[in-house]
Amino acid sequence: MSEQRLTVLKSGMSGTVVSIDGGALLIKRLDALGIRPGVHITKRSSQLLRGPVTIAVGNSQVAIGHGMAKRILLNTGHR
Amino acid sequence: MKKILLMGNPNVGKSVIFSRLTGVHVVASNYPGTTVGYTRGTMKLAEGMAEVVDVPGTYTLDPTCKAEEVAVEMCGDGDLIINVVDATNLERNLNLTLQLLKKNTPVVVALNLWDEAGHIGITIDEKKLEKLLGVPVVPTVAVTGEGILELVRHLSQARPGNLEYADGERWQEIGRIVEQVQQVTHRHHTFLERLGDATIHPWSGTPIALIILAATFFIIRTVGEGLIGFLFDPLFEKLWAPLMIRLSALLGSSGALHDILIGRLTDGHIDFVESLGLLTTGIYVPLAMVLPYVFAFYLMLSLLEDSGYLPRLAILMDTLMHRIGLHGLAIVPMMLALGCNVPGTLATRILETRKERFISITLMAICVPCAAQLAMIVGLLGQAGWWGIPALFGILLMVWISLGLLLNRLVPGESPEIFVEIPPYRVPYLSGLFKKMWMRIRGFLQEAVPFVILGVLAVNVLYTLGIIDLLGRLTEPIITGILGLPRDAVGALIVGFMRKDVAVGMLAPLDLAAGQLVIAGVVLTMYFPCVATFVVMTRELGVRDMLLAMAIMVIASLSVGGLLHLILF
Repeated sequence: MSEQRLTVLKSGMSGTVVSIDGGALLIKRLDALGIRPGVHITKRSSQLLRGPVTIAVGNSQVAIGHGMAKRILLNTGHR
Repeated sequence: MKKILLMGNPNVGKSVIFSRLTGVHVVASNYPGTTVGYTRGTMKLAEGMAEVVDVPGTYTLDPTCKAEEVAVEMCGDGDLIINVVDATNLERNLNLTLQLLKKNTPVVVALNLWDEAGHIGITIDEKKLEKLLGVPVVPTVAVTGEGILELVRHLSQARPGNLEYADGERWQEIGRIVEQVQQVTHRHHTFLERLGDATIHPWSGTPIALIILAATFFIIRTVGEGLIGFLFDPLFEKLWAPLMIRLSALLGSSGALHDILIGRLTDGHIDFVESLGLLTTGIYVPLAMVLPYVFAFYLMLSLLEDSGYLPRLAILMDTLMHRIGLHGLAIVPMMLALGCNVPGTLATRILETRKERFISITLMAICVPCAAQLAMIVGLLGQAGWWGIPALFGILLMVWISLGLLLNRLVPGESPEIFVEIPPYRVPYLSGLFKKMWMRIRGFLQEAVPFVILGVLAVNVLYTLGIIDLLGRLTEPIITGILGLPRDAVGALIVGFMRKDVAVGMLAPLDLAAGQLVIAGVVLTMYFPCVATFVVMTRELGVRDMLLAMAIMVIASLSVGGLLHLILF
């Protein structure tokens, strides 16, 4: 078991959301798009210079700013 | 009158269903947040007329931003809700559905994008879903109209939901429902998906973006020039000009009425740009010089919008946009503003904070010329030398970046991060695309043409009364001293308040050098928005912020114009 922040995860890799290390509003905003603990997500890309991260969740893709993305903790299932 | 609300997540096709139900056409695109205000229309039901409201998209009834607040507020006063659900994303969409079902308002669910769900291997048992939710569920394909009649037929069976679940258990409940009604078959990645990945990876995405933008400009130029050269110019020269010459003779070749309708003849010929008659310049400028480019621009913009490329461009641009206090999505209003600053200004509502909206609107007013103005500048500068147009764009881009950097430092407030759903690539649905183009072009014809004619009339009157001459002498220190333009150019600046395209046209008889044309083009873009844009900007920003923005406009245009004068001469 290893936990990683979404920003650290390599593009193309996936994991299960363990927790969201942020305030109530952030949790609410992510929840509205179906990003919540227990959900499986795949990182699709990240932009240079701390740019946004793109993930696939369910059948949709979401772009998340770097500061928000680093608050998403994932379990990638291997070390 | 019964009030029907169309509600659902962003970008699920509410606006398309709205058009189908009411016959009122609203702009629909393939990215979230196309509908920023709300549109009302009416439809006929068995029991009489009903009002239909196209509500902006929302993911939840527990609002997380301003646009969602509007949607949630409106939700309270509907008699019936059509909940539009994206069938390709059932789980996330049901989150809103389950919240709506607790509202005690009758609901019908439209399971939209039904065809696309099938293509990507998702099958949904809509009968079972109907049973579980306790409200009618109708599969629809809004763009083709499939299922819309069925939907209308089911409106009478709408009822409040009877689904019982605890508030904290919503996602678990959704999970149980989805498990029972949805089947997903494995399939291979489609070409569009691979393309989707390539366009958001920085290494492949940036060159692709440059190619797409360059191709867009090239196509706009080619289509615009082609329409002018092969259609509009021959029409005006071969058909309209002889008619006008005859009318001119009929009016006795001179006199006040002649000068207003036909304008001044050049050696017995009509110069459609310089004659300044209502029936000559007043018609030629909007129809033969501007309309072809407006058409070409909206063709390309609509393709970019409906394919789903714009949000990807927003992601690629995000890091750069943060340097100027905005985030990537601000590229959308900027692109719209290249067509017309008015819809561009309205689209800044997708940005949340005052800081973002102030910066984006100010930068737009100063640095983004509209298609009408650009068409005229291309017409004028194109003859002056190949470098004029790239120079103009380059200068405006540099001002956009440097002013943005400065405003980001000076304007207090926050610039939140980008957080947006990226729609899948879709092959644009042509009839929808052409409908949207027609709406925008009709908007141009209805709103711009009368103003152009009014502008030409005003120029005529101002010249005749000697006002332009007087103002020219008064402002000579600025116009000639700082900007290096002949004092008659003041006429263009005055008319620029009304219409920028007419203003650019007024530069034609001044025999400016290419460098002067560049300066005049830059200053005309920067110094002030046209009156239509001014009104909308004031409404969006408030008087205080607009005054501030205007001060920035004047200072910026004079300093950039003066600097160019020093560099170029």
